[in-house]
Amino acid sequence: MNIFAKFDPLRKSLEQLKAISKRNPFDVVVERPLSATTGIIEGRETLLFGTNNYLGLSQSKEARDAAAHTAQQLGVGTTGSRIANGSFALHQNLEKDLARFFNRRSCMVFSTGYQATLGMVSTLAGKDDILFLDADCHASIYDGSRMSPAQVIRFRHNDAEDLRKRLRRVGNIPGAKLVVVEGVYSMLGDIIPLKDFTEVKKEENAYLMIDEAHSFGVFGEHGRGISEQENVEADVDFIVGTFSKSLGTVGGYCVSDHPEMDLLRLCTRPYMFTASLPPEVIAATIANLKLITEHPELRQNLMNNAKRLYTSLQKAGFRTGPHISSVVSVILDEVGHAAALWNRVLELGAYVNLSLPPATPDEHPLLRASIAAAHNFEQVDQLVEIYIQAVKDTGLSLAK
Amino acid sequence: MSITVQDVSNIILETLLANPKVPRDISGESKIIEDLAFDSLAVMNFVMEIEDKLDVSVPLDRLADIRTIDDLARAIVVLKQEA
Repeated sequence: MNIFAKFDPLRKSLEQLKAISKRNPFDVVVERPLSATTGIIEGRETLLFGTNNYLGLSQSKEARDAAAHTAQQLGVGTTGSRIANGSFALHQNLEKDLARFFNRRSCMVFSTGYQATLGMVSTLAGKDDILFLDADCHASIYDGSRMSPAQVIRFRHNDAEDLRKRLRRVGNIPGAKLVVVEGVYSMLGDIIPLKDFTEVKKEENAYLMIDEAHSFGVFGEHGRGISEQENVEADVDFIVGTFSKSLGTVGGYCVSDHPEMDLLRLCTRPYMFTASLPPEVIAATIANLKLITEHPELRQNLMNNAKRLYTSLQKAGFRTGPHISSVVSVILDEVGHAAALWNRVLELGAYVNLSLPPATPDEHPLLRASIAAAHNFEQVDQLVEIYIQAVKDTGLSLAK
Repeated sequence: MSITVQDVSNIILETLLANPKVPRDISGESKIIEDLAFDSLAVMNFVMEIEDKLDVSVPLDRLADIRTIDDLARAIVVLKQEA
């Protein structure tokens, strides 16, 4: 038996996609970034609207200087896991900085955002517990649920009443109930009605974890995400997130006030059995966290850009998601149309993401743009013009 | 009187046939992924609909062992008895 036979359906899907798309959307190469908002793709200077670099901090001078200096001083790797091979003081410094930023008792730093959610979901939910996941939660949360021995129940997306119904349906159980949601959902950029969820969580005596991957640094007076914006931080038990978006580096974290958090370092496998983040990444993350703290205008710039893009696209007749956030997606009906449009947008000088079912809600393909504080209005307007031109060039109709 | 596997299977078939994309010739023995051409997400969405019709929650881990419509009906009857 050929061990790869099981991938035949995947091969077929890829071949079908290649037959309708000039380029493989999973294989775009940014040959060289020129700034936080432009880079060279296929030899051309291209606007970058598909990198999740929300605050533009992947290119900040402060982070680059900190990384270069730290690499010179401390080397480029830790060569081991924190529990087996020791932490650098920098790891602990970043954890203290993040705990302080969130006003939380403790923080655990992971090597990626994926591992942070994977680790927290899989470890917190034990045999007698039940996990309740939003239908549109990220793959890392679903993967974490598969690693956990807990039962897993899915509720309708952003629907707190549906969650209440499902929590009540299971009734009293011997273990705990853990609800997992996201602040901003990555495909459409839609925002959770978090107050409704914290009410349900309190009434039904459940724990609540929120992934603020796409909302950290973007929402809230201090950038602490939707939990801060909705003024419900005290009702959220665990906040997880990533360094690879607003913070511009790589890594992940969980912050919480629960005193048992330190025990989790000794049983969270995606934290224990992997190499810790290299010192230059930690130093760059600390530098960028400081920038987020000291420069609230970054959030304002980002939201101004997002509003401009969202309203211009709606005005031009494009169908968008329900909310304005750092992700602005155009919803399409057919994969062939979406692929043609995406290819043409790239040829006209802008890189956005082509998001395809089943990774998208309701089986719709999307042209997904991520907005940065570093974009200017001219670039946002250029993207809108490119979309409109691409629709004309591909002969598509925007009729809703 | 408690609900039978046949009752649940009929409700599932009725729900599926309300979707015009589903083949007309399905039965309790139809395989959910292969015969209905559902991907993993479509299966989860369809199970959510059945859950609401029958006021039961089917944990995702139980779906791993379910291949046919009758398998799903049997699992739901067991879950209803456990409740």
